[in-house]
Amino acid sequence: MRIALFITCLADALFPDVGRTTVTVLERLGHTVEFPRDQTCCGQMHVNTGYQEQALPLVQRFADTFAPYDAVVAPSGSCVGSVRHQHALVAERFGTRELQQQVAAVAARTYELSELLVDVLGVTDVGAYFPHRVTYHPTCHSLRMLRVGDKPLQLLQSVQAIDLVELPAADQCCGFGGTFAIKNVDTSSAMLADKMRHVTSTGAEICTAGDSSCLMHIGGGLSRLRTGAKTVHLAQILAATRDRPMVLAPGGQDAGVHAGPEAVA
Amino acid sequence: MSAVDLGMPALPTSPRGTGHLRGDESFPDAARRSLTDSQLRRNLGKATSTIRAKRAAVVAELPDWEELREAGRQLKVHTMAHLPDHLVQLEEAVTARGGVVHWARDAEEANRIVVDLVRATGADEVVKVKSMATQEIALNEALEAAGIAAFETDLAELIVQLGHDKPSHILVPAIHRNRAEIREIFLREMGDVDPELSDEPAALAAAARQHLRRKFLSAKVAVSGANFAVAETGTLAVVESEGNGRMCLTLPETLITVMGIEKLVPRAQDLEVFLQLLPRSSTGERMNPYTSMWTGVTPGDGPQAFHLVLLDNGRTAVLSDAQGRDALNCIRCSACLNVCPVYERAGGHAYGSVYPGPIGAILSPQLTGIEDNASLPYASSLCGACYDVCPVKIDIPSILVHLRAEHTETYAAEHRLPSVEASAMKAAAWVMSNPTRWTLALRSGRLGRVLGRRRGVIGDVPLPVAAQWTATRDLTRPPQQTFRDWWAAEHTATPSEDEG
Repeated sequence: MRIALFITCLADALFPDVGRTTVTVLERLGHTVEFPRDQTCCGQMHVNTGYQEQALPLVQRFADTFAPYDAVVAPSGSCVGSVRHQHALVAERFGTRELQQQVAAVAARTYELSELLVDVLGVTDVGAYFPHRVTYHPTCHSLRMLRVGDKPLQLLQSVQAIDLVELPAADQCCGFGGTFAIKNVDTSSAMLADKMRHVTSTGAEICTAGDSSCLMHIGGGLSRLRTGAKTVHLAQILAATRDRPMVLAPGGQDAGVHAGPEAVA
Repeated sequence: MSAVDLGMPALPTSPRGTGHLRGDESFPDAARRSLTDSQLRRNLGKATSTIRAKRAAVVAELPDWEELREAGRQLKVHTMAHLPDHLVQLEEAVTARGGVVHWARDAEEANRIVVDLVRATGADEVVKVKSMATQEIALNEALEAAGIAAFETDLAELIVQLGHDKPSHILVPAIHRNRAEIREIFLREMGDVDPELSDEPAALAAAARQHLRRKFLSAKVAVSGANFAVAETGTLAVVESEGNGRMCLTLPETLITVMGIEKLVPRAQDLEVFLQLLPRSSTGERMNPYTSMWTGVTPGDGPQAFHLVLLDNGRTAVLSDAQGRDALNCIRCSACLNVCPVYERAGGHAYGSVYPGPIGAILSPQLTGIEDNASLPYASSLCGACYDVCPVKIDIPSILVHLRAEHTETYAAEHRLPSVEASAMKAAAWVMSNPTRWTLALRSGRLGRVLGRRRGVIGDVPLPVAAQWTATRDLTRPPQQTFRDWWAAEHTATPSEDEG
């Protein structure tokens, strides 16, 4: 099976380890992952902010770039949600009939990481080891758009030495919402305050999720308040092993959350 | 597809200057203030979490809840597709049973019709059943201007009216008030209340009952809304909890019902679906205590004159938009408000319209025209909780996204210069539509590493957009190497990308 990684623009720019660890996990399971370099962004920001026509070249690029692969995996429920639900909308309004068909075909083969692992590859124990207290935030688009259900939790429950604790009011939005966090900064921050309160109430060192965007939001708040709790992507936890454990070093989000000696922090 | 896209003349929206569909300020500005109201935050947090839990419990009891939702959705979609026929059928049925049907193009016309009808009876006061349609058109204000006093009889609406306040929730208009505030309002405004009144809910309800009973017995005219109208029989239905509606609908001589044209169901049998969906979604009850149904006039029983005012006020414009029209399917249960994290924190007044929360964010901008409520489609993180609980499965997040596009496209059509945001989005699309440009742009992000050297994260950045983010959140420090540069470095040793 030819698996292509869709890194997402955010992880490419700010969270490269999320991509590297996604590759690590899949390779450890015996799969080869390719990274088509023509990829850029799914266009969700444009669509969600009201600029659907400008998303057209991005939708076209996504469909062209990923057409040759059997499966496309992205470490983001939100971006996969955009591919599955919004690309058809953009193609219908502004694209050709050919693009509409292309988009439908690629969307059907595009998976969020936990979907690929559990549904397609049939794995829940990926051989990970993570001796930390962790709480899981099911991001809105994973939960309600993709309906990933408890797949990420199944993966986490199979991680050795993990102390997985339930997040109160887990299904509540963290307040990110893309440009919502900027346009409605006050409401967004009020939502974030409650999410952080629930995270810190668990005593977890780590809040994890399947979306770097939401984690950037929650982590940015936890860091601002010096709570000591950090955000780590699901892929980073799944990549950590006894031989190559993740080191939780001091510093910001780009320090100390790298699995294995290849870390560049 | 919006009318703008098709080059069609836009259908009339709700006129400016009449009614309560537009706020005085944008959602972010209004929310900035309401978020600092500790009492409001506490009341809303408590009330919405309580009602959320009640709803979840009674919905879980029904094994066929999803089938019911789908039935409700299909009934509404079918009704909207044949609305003109059903409306004419309703008019014929109501008329045949002795009622009089009036057609109101907009809020002004509806108010004029009701004022004239009340004047014709010689009455100078009316009792009112809780009604969103009459709040939408600001009927109370129109009646007052004509020298007619309107008395709200729903307990929460009474609290709002006595407090010279605005409703902040579709079902629980006084959700932003607590019992101490209600006691204070009653003591100040009721006149005939016992000065020893406590703030026990039972005592407050008793005081309201005593206050209202005199009005029920003296009023000659009642004004109501309607939850449903059955086209085939001409039957109107109001569901409620308190029984005050029942008093208004049965005691006065004249009953005037103002109803949005979207409230129709084709057949009486269709009510079996909605009368299951509505109370469970709305109050979290298996069944609402009072369901009143009436058909025209029954000699010797109940009001002897019945007028039905059918209100458009922008609804036909909503119906003409294929992507947005499902907003008309709303049965006003308010489940979407109760689960909405934005509503729970900002409160109903921040939306500026009588229709707050997620449904308001898609309904109000469509009724008024997008530019009069341009900030509302953005008043959502698109978390999707509203869609999950909607009893008629309105895909609110998709309509929000659609209305955002309508806003930016309308703005672009009406302005010669693009907005700053539009220019930024265009630039981003230009960069992202080409991998070389994108790679270079990503590398330039490394410049941001000079920030955040001390803590490893970036604190305050006094630049537009970044400042909004860093007001409450640290910013991630860009890594030394982007993913694609790391990948390229890893895979340059071998020409094939297939080697891990």
